[in-house]
Amino acid sequence: MIGDVVSAVLMLSGVFFYVVAGIGLVRLPDIFSRMHAATKPATLGLALVLLGAAIRVDDGSDAVKLLLVGAFTLLTAPVGAHMIGRSTYRAGAGGLDELVVDELRDVDESPSPP
Amino acid sequence: MTAVVVACMLGLALTTACILVRLVKGPSVPDRIVALDVLVQVVVAGIAVAAAATRDGTYLAVLVAVALLAFVGTVTVARFVERRGS
Repeated sequence: MIGDVVSAVLMLSGVFFYVVAGIGLVRLPDIFSRMHAATKPATLGLALVLLGAAIRVDDGSDAVKLLLVGAFTLLTAPVGAHMIGRSTYRAGAGGLDELVVDELRDVDESPSPP
Repeated sequence: MTAVVVACMLGLALTTACILVRLVKGPSVPDRIVALDVLVQVVVAGIAVAAAATRDGTYLAVLVAVALLAFVGTVTVARFVERRGS
């Protein structure tokens, strides 16, 4: 019974973060800030939903699968966001003129180390 | 528990609507990659909520596969954009 309550609270708060991520995707002005909305709240929301579901399922191996997916997403979400951000920058999309700080330009223009 | 599951699914549906707006509006290819990335995460969360609702873990293997495919797909399309330009 207490497990059900904890699971319900975790899943509802996870879904709340998903809704925040969706609103951010629609309303934020450029691709880099939208990527922020897509990566951080969505990953936290997924972790909370998976944790809530892991508490609720009957079988122990099912809970392990859910936690495995959560750990895997925590590992891959930053890598995927990094790849998207770098490819967006190199493709020249997403309002690069509006950037205040551009550290990648110095890295890209300096000669590559041997 | 039913009310919680319905509320979760409604929240995920709202998120999906926002994602679809961004997917249609674009304006560039990376925007759509980001939107699709979140869409797959919403699918994963939906399967997890369904598993929690029924206490049945039959579809959790699908969950693992979808999470893996989302990462591989994102990285692949990102590399494609980097080479071709958006």
